[in-house]
Amino acid sequence: MSNRRLIAVAVGCGLLMSLSGCASIPKDALVLSPDSMERRQLQTRRIDGIDESGLLSASAGVLQDLGFTIDESETRLGVIVASKDRSAVSSGQVIGAVLLALLGSYTEIDKTQKIRVSLVTRPALDQQGDPLAKTQLLRITIQRIVTNTGGAVTRIESIEESEIYQEFFDKLSKSVFLEVQQI
Amino acid sequence: MKKHELLASMLAITVACVACTPSTKAVMETGQSAVALRSFQQRAFDTTDREKTLRTVISTLQDLSFVVDKADLELGTISATKLSGYQLRMTVTVRPRGEKQLLVRANAQYQNKAVEEPKPYQDFFVSLEKAMFLTAHQVD
Repeated sequence: MSNRRLIAVAVGCGLLMSLSGCASIPKDALVLSPDSMERRQLQTRRIDGIDESGLLSASAGVLQDLGFTIDESETRLGVIVASKDRSAVSSGQVIGAVLLALLGSYTEIDKTQKIRVSLVTRPALDQQGDPLAKTQLLRITIQRIVTNTGGAVTRIESIEESEIYQEFFDKLSKSVFLEVQQI
Repeated sequence: MKKHELLASMLAITVACVACTPSTKAVMETGQSAVALRSFQQRAFDTTDREKTLRTVISTLQDLSFVVDKADLELGTISATKLSGYQLRMTVTVRPRGEKQLLVRANAQYQNKAVEEPKPYQDFFVSLEKAMFLTAHQVD
């Protein structure tokens, strides 16, 4: 078999494999990564002076302030799940697409993004390992799916920018203050 | 390479690829495969605290970059999704096993396919064990 034919067969095989969905789960998908501790710190805050249900109400308030709708909640496990659909159009991509269109070529650009948040609270523990009534640990995790003008998924990822978490926790501490003051 | 050889190899490759696509029949298969599936999808823990176990499952999933989709204390289930260039969905159930233990079972779906190999579940239970401060017992 000539080299060229070999390559053609290999490429064909690869295409068929991907079409038939043979790809299996990545090896490290369920392994704690070395940076998981760092990520936990980024996504977690200790909040004093409020009980768990009060903190969940304050958190729901912040999510609403940010335009999220609550999809699911189980207060007995300290869980709130929320999401929002927003535009994913970026000016850079639009300019690029317009330039390409001028050259006679059509290109899809990112159009919408679905942002999902899960917010989980749990009582902090004292030195004996008993839960504290008025101190909670709160962790949020955020992810998004971006789709383009053709309806295809272009990004599927966790959001890990520290500024986003910082901003959320800033807003939360204000909301907790209002909750505690019953305003 | 002769034409018929090329055709034959292409056919073989196609058959191999088609064969590894799971049919819906596989989902309803019973007997040995169901037993094998349970053997690596579930573990027993020496605790009777369901709420604490469910909360630990949630924090382990968060450590693994999952976003929780659903949680139900009554039913004892947690569902979560991980997005990392791929989509991985998991449901974890916690239910009593005898008087002194809880049975934790995990099911995972990668993209649109059930995860039916032991390794990912072993990894998950290793992470959960650490968070529970308890040993995960293999059950039959």
